[in-house]
Amino acid sequence: MATARGWVAPSVLPGFGLTLGFAGMFLTAIVLVPMAALIMRAASLPLEEFWRIATDPRALASYRVTFGSALLAACINAVFGFIIAWTLVRYRFYGRRLVDAIIDLPFALPTAVSGIALATIYSPKRWIGSLLEPFGIQVAYTWIGIVLAMTLIGLPFVVRSVQPALEEVDAAFEEAAESLGAGRWTVFRRVILPTVLPSLATGFTLALARGIGEYGSVIFIAGNLPFKTEITPLLIVMNLEQYNYLGAAALGLVMLCVSFLMLFTINAINGWRIRRVVGRR
Amino acid sequence: MAQSTSVAAEKARTDWAGQLIRAAAIIISVSFLGLVLVVPVVSVLGYAFSRGLRVYLAALHTPDTIAAIKLTLMTAAIVVPLNTLFGVAAAWAIAKFDFRGKQVLITLIDLPFSVSPVIAGLVFVLLFGAQGWFGPWLRDNDLQIVYAFPGIVLATLLVTFPYVARELIPIMQLHGREAEEAAVSLGAGGWTTFFRVTLPSIRWGLLYGVILCNARAMGEFGAVAVVSGHIRGLTTTMPLQAQVLYDEYDVVGAFAVASLLMLLALLTLIVKALVEAFGARRRRPAG
Repeated sequence: MATARGWVAPSVLPGFGLTLGFAGMFLTAIVLVPMAALIMRAASLPLEEFWRIATDPRALASYRVTFGSALLAACINAVFGFIIAWTLVRYRFYGRRLVDAIIDLPFALPTAVSGIALATIYSPKRWIGSLLEPFGIQVAYTWIGIVLAMTLIGLPFVVRSVQPALEEVDAAFEEAAESLGAGRWTVFRRVILPTVLPSLATGFTLALARGIGEYGSVIFIAGNLPFKTEITPLLIVMNLEQYNYLGAAALGLVMLCVSFLMLFTINAINGWRIRRVVGRR
Repeated sequence: MAQSTSVAAEKARTDWAGQLIRAAAIIISVSFLGLVLVVPVVSVLGYAFSRGLRVYLAALHTPDTIAAIKLTLMTAAIVVPLNTLFGVAAAWAIAKFDFRGKQVLITLIDLPFSVSPVIAGLVFVLLFGAQGWFGPWLRDNDLQIVYAFPGIVLATLLVTFPYVARELIPIMQLHGREAEEAAVSLGAGGWTTFFRVTLPSIRWGLLYGVILCNARAMGEFGAVAVVSGHIRGLTTTMPLQAQVLYDEYDVVGAFAVASLLMLLALLTLIVKALVEAFGARRRRPAG
């Protein structure tokens, strides 16, 4: 049973071959082969053809809309997500548990639901949209709406990343800083922020990645005007609807590369966090 | 850390600047969540019931919507058990053994989290679509995957792939291996060990993972939209049906379908709250 394998540490527990084999096969069939198919399909294009599709003016405009909105939404979430995490960890107030539970809603809420809800209440004729209209602010069918939808779906990533880190800020350090005469702002900047920063960076990157890939909640509120409010995932869908598989595959590969970059960044941040913790102790 | 909280709370009560910051932080948090999250969610119910209960029920009782509900339930009935099985197997291998390449495996399991759902649908169109790799072979054998039920299942499988595994891996790692090793050395078989020793310690986390996976499977929009082909009454799942009705300006119909999905999301959160109340689950960073 415990056959000598160079790459696995010996163990008395059974089931390694079965579980790893099943998990590996399933992973290969459902995730790896399909992803490889996308890469190979895009790679079958001659390089200049790939470049032409990937840097087409309409595609470039869609990157600007997608990445710009996702970046702005992630920044908004970094600020407000931090404040919310801080509030939940540091203060006890009536309704705190409810607020804490609501944070996870975007994880469980289907994107189409938040999409049609946002598009409806922020449309100029209804509810919040009609309240904002006299001020000349239009949310629905503009880039503001895209940022709003991406903010909604990215929020829990920041809050849930920062929360545990804030809980672990050592009160002794804060008290020591205060007893040495540091003001509130100095304690925050010199003690709390450095401890929480890696987690904040992780949450920011996760929110950014989710925003870049988001489709369901964005397309309802975006208005989807080419060059103005058209996101890259939508451009892929439109290519597919016109049976332009190669165009879709090329744009898909661009997005997949961005996803890998995000994953790489998150892993790098985790490595940084572990090194910091180890270095401090 | 409980101490740090009480110290901060005490400080906040005693000086006025702290009191001010506390009030501001709570007000900012609550109004931000209200504007971005609560108002949209409440508005779903508002619009769904805007013309009364009778119209709401009638909106749900159309043949297309009923077909969409059935399709969504069937998809989840296939996807959730498969991904649960995968999640348990992957977590067992990762948490109970040390092997080279473990980190790579964990990263690969996380891959669907950071890939756009549209990509998740696209890959299956490239494989099984009319111009896809297997397209001609499938056509010759009269099989259809894309724009049909199997495609919807595959895309949903890919998108909801990591949920159970990601929920179980940290719990099983935290739990350690001693209990299982003791059981095995006392002569228990692998299955007995799993069902009698491991399962009781992970059941709450497993429950939440399964429920979350189910919510995502039933609510998946982007990936399914790409592979579905939007054939009414045949390949529209509930989120797609909400879109179809919304595009036809049937506000009550669209929000009636959306309200069902929203109740599912709320149910998921309630299960999560219960799981946390039972103390079996430590909070951890998302993703």
